[in-house]
Amino acid sequence: MSNTLIFALLSTLSIFSALMVIFSRNAMYSVLYLVICFFTIAGHYVILNAHFLAIVHIIVYAGAIMVLFLYTIMMLNLNRESEPHKPMLLKLASVVTGGGLFLVLISSLKTANQISPVADNGMGTVQSVGKVLFTDYVFPFEITSVLFISAMVGAVVLAKKDVVQ
Amino acid sequence: MKDIVDQSAQFALSTILIPLLPLLGFTINAFFGKHLSKTLSGALATLSVAVSFILSLTIFFAAQNDGFSAFSVEVFEWITAGALRIPMEFYIDQLTVMFMLIITGVGSLIHLYSMGYMHDDEGHNRFFAYLNLFVFFMLLLVMGANYLITFIGWEGVGLCSYLLIGFWYKNQEYNNAAKKAFIMNRIGDLGFLLGMFLIFQNFGSLTFTEVFSKAGNYDLNDGMIVAITLLLFVGATGKSAQLPLFTWLPDAMAGPTPVSALIHAATMVTAGIYLVVRSNILFSLAPDTQHVILIVGLATAIFGAIIGLRQNDIKKVLAYSTVSQLGYMFIALGLGAYSAAFFHVMTHAFFKALLFLGAGSVIHAMSGEQDIRRMGGLWKYIKVTGITFIIGTIAISGIPPLAGFFSKDEILANAFAHSPLIWGLAVGGSMLTAFYMFRLFFLTFCGEFRGTEEQKHHLHESPATITIPLIVLAVLSIIGGFAGVPEVLGGSHWLNRFLAPVFADNEILSHSAHHLDHNLEIMLMCISVAAAVIMITIAYVVYVSKSVRPADDQHQPGGFAKLIANKFYVDELYNAIIVKPVMFLSNALYNFVEVYIIDGFVNLLGKGAVGGSRVLRLAQSGNIGFYFFAITISILVIILINTLS
Amino acid sequence: MNEFVGGQVPFDWYLYLSLVLFAIGVAGVLMRRNAIVMFMSVELMLNSVNLILVSYSSYTGKLSGMVFVFFVMVVAAAEVAVGLALLVSIYRNIRSVDIEELKNLKW
Repeated sequence: MSNTLIFALLSTLSIFSALMVIFSRNAMYSVLYLVICFFTIAGHYVILNAHFLAIVHIIVYAGAIMVLFLYTIMMLNLNRESEPHKPMLLKLASVVTGGGLFLVLISSLKTANQISPVADNGMGTVQSVGKVLFTDYVFPFEITSVLFISAMVGAVVLAKKDVVQ
Repeated sequence: MKDIVDQSAQFALSTILIPLLPLLGFTINAFFGKHLSKTLSGALATLSVAVSFILSLTIFFAAQNDGFSAFSVEVFEWITAGALRIPMEFYIDQLTVMFMLIITGVGSLIHLYSMGYMHDDEGHNRFFAYLNLFVFFMLLLVMGANYLITFIGWEGVGLCSYLLIGFWYKNQEYNNAAKKAFIMNRIGDLGFLLGMFLIFQNFGSLTFTEVFSKAGNYDLNDGMIVAITLLLFVGATGKSAQLPLFTWLPDAMAGPTPVSALIHAATMVTAGIYLVVRSNILFSLAPDTQHVILIVGLATAIFGAIIGLRQNDIKKVLAYSTVSQLGYMFIALGLGAYSAAFFHVMTHAFFKALLFLGAGSVIHAMSGEQDIRRMGGLWKYIKVTGITFIIGTIAISGIPPLAGFFSKDEILANAFAHSPLIWGLAVGGSMLTAFYMFRLFFLTFCGEFRGTEEQKHHLHESPATITIPLIVLAVLSIIGGFAGVPEVLGGSHWLNRFLAPVFADNEILSHSAHHLDHNLEIMLMCISVAAAVIMITIAYVVYVSKSVRPADDQHQPGGFAKLIANKFYVDELYNAIIVKPVMFLSNALYNFVEVYIIDGFVNLLGKGAVGGSRVLRLAQSGNIGFYFFAITISILVIILINTLS
Repeated sequence: MNEFVGGQVPFDWYLYLSLVLFAIGVAGVLMRRNAIVMFMSVELMLNSVNLILVSYSSYTGKLSGMVFVFFVMVVAAAEVAVGLALLVSIYRNIRSVDIEELKNLKW
């Protein structure tokens, strides 16, 4: 019973914060709501026995990515007055589309097999994930370092101010 | 059997060389003629035809032997498609040999003549190229072993006729005359083609020997045979200028005179007669068609003669004379006298070529003048031409012992055996022939000179290359008739005996041969000769003693004479009935169908593409939000379709 | 613990939760004109996918799901870095992050 309660609580929080993300007028508020959403999802990871991933999630997303967003928003100095809005009709249409997509996906996944949980305590710890990561998936792991380098170089090149001759 | 194989092997090379040499001459003159000197290109062309003549002579002499029989030489396998097998094959029998001799013999004389006549012309090498090409196609026509090879030659001579009539292409009228000749020929060719289709459908083959051997299975006047023969006759009508497809021949005089001599007197126009004589078995099986041929030939003979009475251009008179004489040949064909028809082809080739070449010499002496009203008294200036011309005129009028008498008389005898009325009409035409030919002679050579001083100053006899062919042809016109002296006059009719194997399989012909009483035949001869002499005398009285001269263009007489002088308005009739409606239809089709329907449809496609793209490009609004929407909805639809199916 | 807390819940619920978050993310992308908020909605979508991957991984006991989530996070991070740099560059040019302003590729 309590399990269901925990799940329900976490889910409600995440859905609510996600809705607030897209409906907020202020970009800053959207960022903050998104952080809350990430925390709830991290909570989900915890109850799903994926401890390592939960921590990594918080560090990477809430700690790095959202901070980046905040920096950008502050640097661009966006405030409420200059916030552009779409006409009401289009907003309605987008909500309807989103809802429609949800329904379609639900219907297409209706035929999915039922899965019953497997008991495995040791899953999700740093050791087990690390073992799989560094044995089966070591090559993609090394490639991601290359990916980061290219992303870094790209970001620096793009954001640099043009040198005036 | 062995003899046939031996002959075929013995003469295979000659047979292939005979048409090949003129083709070679054509190629050399066409591609390199400009680099050769005029004499060289002309000599080359003449030589190629002359060598073909010598080779034909060898086959001819071999044919005199008793052991000779017709043989085929297959050059290569041409068409093999299912049941249809048409090889490129030559079939040499006595008929072919005689035609080959005429074509190459008279042809080489005319080539020699052209060397002098066309010497000052700038298109010299082109002329000889076309002449050689013509000889090649004509040989193909007579030597072919099946209807298709003959048809190739048929079409080819039509093409060369077009090229040569319109030789001086810078003159638009000459071009029109050439086009007229070609198009009228085409109408006849359609008949020939349909006839070939029917032949193939019924006999399963186009090769002569195969078709004729199967022809015996058919009854007399079988509908299919009548249809085939009628269609073949339509083809012959176009090519041999019979009613109603004859108006191209007088217009074809626009070409140079050697062309008129070779093509429109001696060879191409006789192609129709060759076709009928070759298919004699089929025609003998269809007496209905033969009646049609007889009527058409008779009408043409008389019609042409009447028009010739009032023509004032020296070449036009000869042209209508050709039309009339061709009518006589078709009369013979209609009576089943195939050998007589060929005899007349041969003698006509001699004296008509002679007359045309003589006319050319006259025109040359008169510095290009062709109207006989402005000639006269030329006898003392151009003696050789005059002498040969009178020989030709006497020959065509049917005075013995020149060539025309024997051939024409054989036709008349056959006509009388069939029906005295036809004989009477034919004799009438013969009288008209004598009259207008001597009118031509008297007006041209006798009396006083009626031309300009300038022309009189330039009057001179033609060079040797022109006069030698004239003399040779005159000699042939004199002795040519002796090839077919009938028994009634003590001869043994060598030609009939020589050509007998060609008609050996034609049982109907052998059953229906006419035999007249000898006395009756001699009486008929005397009557026709007397009639001709009477007409000559009348012509002499009118044009020499009384010095009647044809009226100038401003003073044309009225009534019947005007009708004749205007060629019975046949050209105008054709113009109104055929040409104008076709032009009207063509214009209507262009202005309505072409512009609105076809162009409209094509333009519609273009406009559709442009309009469609104009609508489609609105999707590229550049608005990213719209793009997202489009992506999302597309994914939605795809997943939906996937789930539902 | 023999079973994890989340394991008591029927698996379908996690599926629905993930789909809801995904749909909200799609709606956000379509609805907002601010490029930064659109970007954040994309992040939301990625997270929903991560969630379902982890739940599959936990429920079936296979660890490769978690490793995949790991890599998704890596890619998301790199993508954010480059994307925000792009945004800054755009802002420098047109002084706005409104995507309606970027209409030069019109027909």
